[in-house]
Amino acid sequence: MSTALYDIPGPRARRRQLLYSLAAGAAILALLGWAVHLLFATGQFTAAKWTPFEYTGIQELLLRGLGNTLKAFAFAAVLALALGTVLACGRLSDHRPVRWTATVLVEFFRAMPVLVMIFFVFVALKAQPLTALVTGLTLYNGSVLAEVFRTGVDSVDRGQREAAYALGMRKTQVMTHVLVPQAVRAMLPAIISQLVVALKDTSLGFLITYEEFLHAGKLIAGNLDYDLPFIPVVMVIAPIYIGMCMLLSWLASWVAGLERRSPKTGAVEVAAAEPGTLLAGPAGHPHPQESEPSQRSGPKTS
Amino acid sequence: MNVLTDNFPLYAEGFLGTVELTVFSSALALALGLVMASFRVAPVAPLRAFGTAWVMVLRNTPLTLLFFAVLLGLPRFGLVLPFQLFAVLALGCYTSAFICEAIRSGINTVPTGQGEAARSLGMTFGQTLGAIVLPQAFRSVIPPIGSTLIALAKNSAIAGSFSVTELLGTYKSLGELGYSAIWSFVWIAVGYLVITLAISGIFNVLESRYGVAR
Repeated sequence: MSTALYDIPGPRARRRQLLYSLAAGAAILALLGWAVHLLFATGQFTAAKWTPFEYTGIQELLLRGLGNTLKAFAFAAVLALALGTVLACGRLSDHRPVRWTATVLVEFFRAMPVLVMIFFVFVALKAQPLTALVTGLTLYNGSVLAEVFRTGVDSVDRGQREAAYALGMRKTQVMTHVLVPQAVRAMLPAIISQLVVALKDTSLGFLITYEEFLHAGKLIAGNLDYDLPFIPVVMVIAPIYIGMCMLLSWLASWVAGLERRSPKTGAVEVAAAEPGTLLAGPAGHPHPQESEPSQRSGPKTS
Repeated sequence: MNVLTDNFPLYAEGFLGTVELTVFSSALALALGLVMASFRVAPVAPLRAFGTAWVMVLRNTPLTLLFFAVLLGLPRFGLVLPFQLFAVLALGCYTSAFICEAIRSGINTVPTGQGEAARSLGMTFGQTLGAIVLPQAFRSVIPPIGSTLIALAKNSAIAGSFSVTELLGTYKSLGELGYSAIWSFVWIAVGYLVITLAISGIFNVLESRYGVAR
């Protein structure tokens, strides 16, 4: 850990930290134990509440729900990528009306809650739940992706574009042969992270009675025959949802790690998700002053 | 237009509901996020693990699932609270994970040399934290926290479907009164735009006053 907060601990600090660690560990274990005790005390592990998961009918219901979730995600992801591409092209266009239209659309859809768009399509346009869900997710994620694409293309080193023009390439050629290939590699982590958001938001379909994973869970949870197995349902569904999203998140960070080492993205400054550096000296150079004095004392400086 | 003027009390109630939800959840999210961020940068391993787990789980949980678990699940443990409080709890916990990450990366942008210099001047941990690290971290943390809180305001729309009074929920009563759905949604959209623009305005002011000149 290299933060500005602590020094490397000495023997006394180490002893103190060990003490704190033991106390904190005990407190966290106590909290977990209390939670488990609460689960047992309110009878969440009774056989009646867990038997439904043994029936193939229930398992099929859950799997169908999961399938519907993934179907909505697949549609939304593909369409959002397409819409993002179109809107990004619009924002990068040389024609002012096209650029303005794209900008207004992107800003509007980014500022609206996804749920408002989904409900608008569902209630006002009377669409099917799947259509409404996919439309809402596409509009929102498409406009966010458009911004990702645009900043990605813009962040390719200027010399690349200039060199391509100098070689006599056309506008489209510069874009497709030089800028986009470099930008896409650098943007891939950001794109995948946005797809995680889309995957998470498919659960909004639950609110418009789209028969997805959470909806299937609700059907089981509300069943009196199984003693309303609400908590068991959450305990089954939540890990699957979280696992899917974590897998995608992990893919994003893995790709990001890959890109950092790849020479193919050398010309692209990948926009970090965190705020920019605070002082002139970048955090990556711990001791910039070591190499500088020799240069500074050279005859060049007056 | 007359959808708004005829039903102004209804819209105002929903609008205030959303504002209340946003304000209370923001307060909870900022407090919890700060605590979790301090856990994540602490030199105490169990606390760090707890903070990491908190962020990992909550960032990868769909908010609808969290609402589902909190609003319908917690009552099973005998915890009965008003729905609005449950909604604040769910929204606040969910957003706290994002706030935590923003604060943590803000602290990490403070160069190590700053802390070393402070300590070599003889400052205690509290002084280093309060006078050196946090003021610098605060400046770089303003924009990401602003966008997180805007996302929180937008996410509060989910609460409407769990019988909490808020802006999006007004479409139902309007539909029952026989108003055109399209126009009622236009005014709902305007309401959300007002809230998100207000938040981004506040954070623009904060940034121009305290932010870093880049």
